[in-house]
Amino acid sequence: MPALSSIPVRVQTMPCGTTDCGNAVPILHEVRHALERLIATGEGTQIDLNAIPFGPEDEAHLLAVLGVGEVRATIDALGPTHVQETAIPGVWLIDYRITEDQRLALHLDIGDIPEILRTQRQDLDTALTTLDARLTSAQDRAPFEY
Amino acid sequence: MTAKKHSVGEHLRDQGVSRRAFLKFCTASASLMALPPGLIPAMAAALEQARRPSVIWLSFQECTGCTESLTRSHAPTVEDLILEMISLDYHHTLQAAAGEAAEAAREQAMKDNFGNYLLIVDGSLPGPDANPGYSTIAGVSNYAMLMEAVEGAAAVIAVGTCAAFGGLPEAAPNPTGAVAVMDLIKDKPLVNVSGCPPVPMVISGVLAHYLAFGRLPELDEYHRPLAFFGQSIHDRCYRRPFYDKGLFAETFDDEGARAGWCLYRLGCKGPSTYNACATMRWNAGTSWPIEAGHPCLGCSEPRFWDAGSFYAPLSVPTDLSSTQVLTAGAAGALVGGTVATLARRTVETAAASRQPVTADELEQTL
Repeated sequence: MPALSSIPVRVQTMPCGTTDCGNAVPILHEVRHALERLIATGEGTQIDLNAIPFGPEDEAHLLAVLGVGEVRATIDALGPTHVQETAIPGVWLIDYRITEDQRLALHLDIGDIPEILRTQRQDLDTALTTLDARLTSAQDRAPFEY
Repeated sequence: MTAKKHSVGEHLRDQGVSRRAFLKFCTASASLMALPPGLIPAMAAALEQARRPSVIWLSFQECTGCTESLTRSHAPTVEDLILEMISLDYHHTLQAAAGEAAEAAREQAMKDNFGNYLLIVDGSLPGPDANPGYSTIAGVSNYAMLMEAVEGAAAVIAVGTCAAFGGLPEAAPNPTGAVAVMDLIKDKPLVNVSGCPPVPMVISGVLAHYLAFGRLPELDEYHRPLAFFGQSIHDRCYRRPFYDKGLFAETFDDEGARAGWCLYRLGCKGPSTYNACATMRWNAGTSWPIEAGHPCLGCSEPRFWDAGSFYAPLSVPTDLSSTQVLTAGAAGALVGGTVATLARRTVETAAASRQPVTADELEQTL
C-alpha cells in the first residue's frame, strides 16, 4: 500500500475563502483580559486552545498576531513539550506532544513562567537522595576511572 | 486477574514517570474532559490518590468500530496510560484468552470485584421479548449476560450509538428486536457515550473522569456527559459565521462548497446534534466531517438511521418554513440558536414522520 503522501490528492487550502473564519479575535481579546489580570493581581490564566472551534486558518492567525519572543524550551517527559514565549511578554505558548510528535494539547499560559518549567516539589523531594547516591558512587570510584 | 490496589500516582512512580510527565498527563486528561486548565492541580491531586478499578467490557450487536475508535486513537501515550490505570479484566475482542478460559476470567473478576467494577457495553442487544438466538456469547444470550454482569457493577458505560440508543440494529424494521442498554438498566448509574463511532477521546475522557473523581460526569437528558455533549455541533462549528451571514453551499461542488460555506442546505444535522467532533476532531486532530466538506449525519443522536435522507435538510423544524429558517440564520447567532433549539425539540417528531430514502431517490436528489 503506498504512503498517504504518494496519493495524488491536491488539498485546497483556505477553505474559508480568502479570509480566516474570525474565530481567533475573541481569543486574542481573552488574552488581553488575562494580561490585565496578571498585571493587576499577579493571577495567571491558562487557555486550552483544543477546546476552541478553530477553522483551518484561525490558529495560524492567532499565532501570527502573538509572534515569537525570546525564550524557547523543550521538556522531555512523555514526549516533547515545546514552550515558547510569544512576542507579548507574559504570554506563553505550550505545545504538548507525544513521542510520535502528535499534539496532545495546545495551551496559552498567561503568567510569569509556565508551571511545567519549574522544578516540581515532588521531584525536589528526591533530589538529595539522588545526589547523595551519586556522590557515594563517585567516592567509591578510583581517580583513574574519571 | 483482579484490580490492582496501587493508586494511580504510585503506579506511575513505579514506572519512573516524573512529576512533570504526570502533570502533562493531567493536562492532556483535563483537555480530554473539557475541564478548564485551572482545574489541573485539583485533578492531579485526585488522580494521585485514585485506585485502579476493574473493568468488564461486553460487546454485543456491534461492528467493533467503537473498540477500534479507542484503540486507534491518536494519543497512544495518554490512551495507554488510561488503559493501564484500569484493570481491563474482560474484553473478548482484545484479550488473548478465548472460550471457557475467557468466560471463567470474566466470572472471576465479577466475583472478586462485586459491587465495584465498571461495566462497559458496546452494541445493542435483543430485548427480553426477542429471540435470544440473534446474538449470543459462549451460548449465553446477550440479555442474560448483561443482566448478570450489571448486578455487581458500580456503574455502566454504554459506548457507541448502538449501546446508547439501539443504533443500526434497532433501525426499522429492527429484525432482532434490538434495544439500548438504558432500556434495560434502570437502577445503576449509567452514562451513554454515543457516536458511530464515538470520538475516542470522549471514551478516554469519561474513563479519566471516573478515575480522577470516582464517579461519572454530569449528564444530559440522554445520559451523555455534558462536558462533551453539552453544545451542538452547530454551535461549535467553525463554519458557523457563514450560517450567521446566510452563506450556504447549495451543492457539493459549487462556489460555496469550495469556499467552505455552511452545509446546512446540504442536510447538515449539526443544529440538532450534540457531540465533540467540532473541537476534538478525528485522525490525530487533523479534521472532522464538516471540515472535510461533508454535512454532519447526526450519528450521536437517537434514531439517526431512521431520520430520513442524510442529504436533505430535514432537520428544519416542521413548524418553520425553510425560508423562515434561512432568514433567521442571516439574522444572526441568537436566532440561529433558537432554530437549533427548535430543531432539537422537534427532531423526534420529525423523525417519526420521515421515510427512508431509496438509492434511486438519493440519486435524483444529487
